[in-house]
Amino acid sequence: MFENIGEIFLLFWRTLLSLPQAWRQRQKVFDQFFEIGNASLLMVCVLSFFIGAVIALQTGPVLVERGLASAVGGIVGISMAKELAPVMMAILIAGRIGSAMAAEIGSMRVYQEIDALRTMNINPVHYLVLPRLLAIAVALPMLVVFGILVGWLGGAVIADTNSHIAIPFQAFWANLRDVVELKDVANGVFKSFCFALIIGVVSCHQGLATIGGPRGIGRSVTKAVVNSIVLIVIFDYMLTRVLLK
Amino acid sequence: MNSSTNNHSGVSLQVCGLRKSFDGQAVLRGIDFEVQPGEIFVIMGPSGSGKSVLLKQLIGLEPPDAGEILINGESIQSPEIASKYRLAMVFQSGALLNSLTVGENVGLYLSEHRLKPPEEIARIVAEMLEDVGLKGTEDKMPSELSGGMKKRVAIARALVIEPQLILYDEPTSELDPLSSVVIGEEILHLQQRIHVTSLVVTHDRDLAFGVAGRMAVINEGRILTIGTPDEVKRYNDPLVQNFLHADFKREP
Ligand SMILES: Nc1ncnc2c1ncn2[C@@H]1O[C@H](COP(=O)(O)OP(=O)(O)O)[C@@H](O)[C@H]1O
Ligand SMILES: [Mg+2]
Repeated sequence: MFENIGEIFLLFWRTLLSLPQAWRQRQKVFDQFFEIGNASLLMVCVLSFFIGAVIALQTGPVLVERGLASAVGGIVGISMAKELAPVMMAILIAGRIGSAMAAEIGSMRVYQEIDALRTMNINPVHYLVLPRLLAIAVALPMLVVFGILVGWLGGAVIADTNSHIAIPFQAFWANLRDVVELKDVANGVFKSFCFALIIGVVSCHQGLATIGGPRGIGRSVTKAVVNSIVLIVIFDYMLTRVLLK
Repeated sequence: MNSSTNNHSGVSLQVCGLRKSFDGQAVLRGIDFEVQPGEIFVIMGPSGSGKSVLLKQLIGLEPPDAGEILINGESIQSPEIASKYRLAMVFQSGALLNSLTVGENVGLYLSEHRLKPPEEIARIVAEMLEDVGLKGTEDKMPSELSGGMKKRVAIARALVIEPQLILYDEPTSELDPLSSVVIGEEILHLQQRIHVTSLVVTHDRDLAFGVAGRMAVINEGRILTIGTPDEVKRYNDPLVQNFLHADFKREP
């Protein structure tokens, strides 16, 4: 998968250079943005609620048993904000949106639509890649903020209702607000911004690199998703390390 | 648009020693020909003889391995070509953007390059669609069109560019005989109206002899003969004659 890292960086660079075109392409950016929101908002809610819930469920009983009930809110709060929401939402979006990007651009490639664009002197990077990259770079961090909040809610609800934990709603929130700072949320949002760039560039690159007819589209989609996820996990470690200070 | 003086005349096209291979397999093995401004030049050849590959090189989508392609004497690879000359290609499949309506496809060049205000674009699009016999189909999606209609939309989309060189890749394949005639007439009509240089790649003999000013027969990446339709008809080469006269033999 790393043989085209150079090409991927090149595409990223060319997309950055095309940023002055962003205003011209604003309609496409909005369209992509709403498509991403539409396609994933509900899934983000469900996923983050249950992730928040399961952290509470895993840590709650153990901590309560040792008299550390007051730590549950903080644990759910921090792990959701700094790690689980950014990474899990990014993986979800890689599967949901990255695959769609690779499929769409890949089929345009296979059916010569991209060649047609080029004969009309329309740069595929401006026309296809830039709007998608901008849209996902804005949408994913927003979805992550949303995911963090819903995840906290999920943790709080389970902590309150599960008889092995039984931490009242207010106590959970009080602890969470004690522990979690704004910079923890910012940390997670920043990571998700980087993940969004990875998903966007890798998927668009894979779409543009599609060869071999309709079967090639399937291969591209799989590669786009798998490569995005692998890079997300690797970058997650590196970013966490850097942000740790 | 652009203000050069040759705004409404076709360009000349010169091809010298063009070669291209894929993974060591030679597809074009030294192609030479020349097309005069405003001429309709037809390239005939069986499927797989490298016609589509040739067109892709001619419009600069793929670089050749060797050889030169000159538009009015300037290499197609030079960066100014795209802004200096207007070239268009009608793809074999049409290659319409499936996510856009017919109208948006036809107006894409104008809207994307901000050449005209939206109302003006809508007017031009309507006019072009009427020209190719598809009046009022602006709001249809490409997936709702038949193969022949897609091809006509693709021609309309190429016409909007007001091209100086237009390349047609098998414009009549998959079409019924009537639509083929319409397309052939459109190719002639266009050349008369805007003096565009046209290069038509096809294996449709009726179309080829109907529109060609001069023609070439290509086989396995080589040109067998070039000349006027009459010269080519008389050219005494079994490959050429077989291709031109292939027909069913029905046992009585
Ligand atoms: N991108 C490519 N990679 C490898 N082989 C190709 C490619 N494009 C075309 N070819 C080969 O070149 C030959 C000529 O193809 P083409 O120009 O499409 O024929 P046609 O004359 O029917 O248009 C075919 O054998 C095809 O397999
Ligand atoms: Mg072909």
